[in-house]
Amino acid sequence: MSEQRIKLKVYRENRSQKTGSHYDTFEVPYKKWTTVLDALLYVKSYMDPSVAIRYSCRMASCGSCGMKINGIPKLACYTKISELETSTIKCEPLSNFPIIRDLVTDFSLFFTHHKDMQPYIQSKDNLETDTNKGTFSFYQSPEDVDKYLQFSYCINCGLCYSACPTVGTDMKFPGPQALAQQYRYFADTRDESKNRLDIVDDRHGIWRCHFAGSCSKVCPKGVDPALGIQLLRSYVLGISKNDKVPAKRIEINNNTETEAGAIDSNR
Amino acid sequence: MESRTLLKESQIMKIHYITGIAAIFVVALHIIMRLIVPFELSLEYDYIIANYKNLFYVLILESILVLISVHGFNGIRIILLELRQSSAWENMVTVVTISAMIGLIAYGTRTIILANGL
Amino acid sequence: MKEIEQPTRNNLEGIGGWLNPSRYGWERISYWFQRLTGVFLLIYFIGHVYETSTIVNGQNAWESFLELTQTVWGHLFLIMVIGASTFHSANGIRLVFTHAGIGLGTPGRPDYPYSPASLNYRQKSGIWIALILAAVAMYYGFNVLFGV
Repeated sequence: MSEQRIKLKVYRENRSQKTGSHYDTFEVPYKKWTTVLDALLYVKSYMDPSVAIRYSCRMASCGSCGMKINGIPKLACYTKISELETSTIKCEPLSNFPIIRDLVTDFSLFFTHHKDMQPYIQSKDNLETDTNKGTFSFYQSPEDVDKYLQFSYCINCGLCYSACPTVGTDMKFPGPQALAQQYRYFADTRDESKNRLDIVDDRHGIWRCHFAGSCSKVCPKGVDPALGIQLLRSYVLGISKNDKVPAKRIEINNNTETEAGAIDSNR
Repeated sequence: MESRTLLKESQIMKIHYITGIAAIFVVALHIIMRLIVPFELSLEYDYIIANYKNLFYVLILESILVLISVHGFNGIRIILLELRQSSAWENMVTVVTISAMIGLIAYGTRTIILANGL
Repeated sequence: MKEIEQPTRNNLEGIGGWLNPSRYGWERISYWFQRLTGVFLLIYFIGHVYETSTIVNGQNAWESFLELTQTVWGHLFLIMVIGASTFHSANGIRLVFTHAGIGLGTPGRPDYPYSPASLNYRQKSGIWIALILAAVAMYYGFNVLFGV
């Protein structure tokens, strides 16, 4: 049976060397199950070891291998060559991230935007809640969890940030990932912070999202950041009432959980 | 930290939504008023001057002027803010769009007042 | 946040990203079109206020302005304005509901193939209805302006 081969056109640039960019084309064999990441690793193993790529889990769980494949941000490990319809596959670094080398980009601004959202459970005094000391635990029903669960599946791969048209021009815009995470904490009944809406109510904040929906289109984990952002916006506008009931804290005393009036541990 | 602004962005955007929706109604009225008369008549000088003397028509025109100037120039402000992010640029954008808004409203109101007096 | 310096804006898509609506489906196309029609309508509005103001300069001034606009090109331009304003208004109404969180579905437990709830048929229908209304309005405008 003759081997199927595909051409991979890989973007090559080394920003620190300032020598400009070009594309290198490699012809690699592939099977029905070969992913773009497999093909790139084949190139590194047998053709040109200097191609720089980031990868780790190979199963769409770590978010490291984000790149533009035929112009669309995708995870290389999650994209099968047999499902792409062109005879040449163009691999480029994610746009809207500064390029370091070849397919590797700089995520520092992306992480800074995420940190600016205060992405951790806070108590009423806006202090980070620390349950490690074992003094209490939170009670959340399955309905409470469903309110924010899908947004917690975010793997910080940056595909949404790359697809967003506002991120393409506005460096102060937090990006769909950070805004969706702001909603994730806002909707979480364990969080009691009062200033989450004020953080995003800014001329470069949530208002620069125009629901182009490209973030949700490219998200590989079904996080649907566009949904989170519009839901958060409805709270900032005052259309949805902020009537979240904070999660009950259950005291832990001598390794038994007790709370006046109620949680039945036998349930 | 962020500098204090006159209006919160959420207030500005509420104005944007409200002016947009209100503008749809008044512009629709403006168009209908042209469509219910024969097309050639709607462009005649005397007919138009007569319209300008009608208070209802004048109020519609002034509303369109204000609502669309605010909505349109706020839209341009949003687009320009997304293009560059230095304090100098952002202040310039705020000043220019508010001046343009006021300028256009003043110019249009002058037309309405003069045409009404003709 | 610190001032963002211009030299670190490397690899940003820039305005090219705004202007290319082809990669991400209908919602991105509607974003592109809403911006385009918005800017176009603002330019038209400024011109319209300026040109209709010629009426205060008397009948001769008004009639020479009419000679400029009551032409084939003038009518075709006005038909584009009609289409742009109809799309911008109808899509704008859809966006007001969307920004208020209405019509988007509720968060749940995502499962393969991870179709996003917010990019649902309601949003796509809204966009197509706006496009169809714009086409109908342009057709009607064509009939009125060209006296067909």
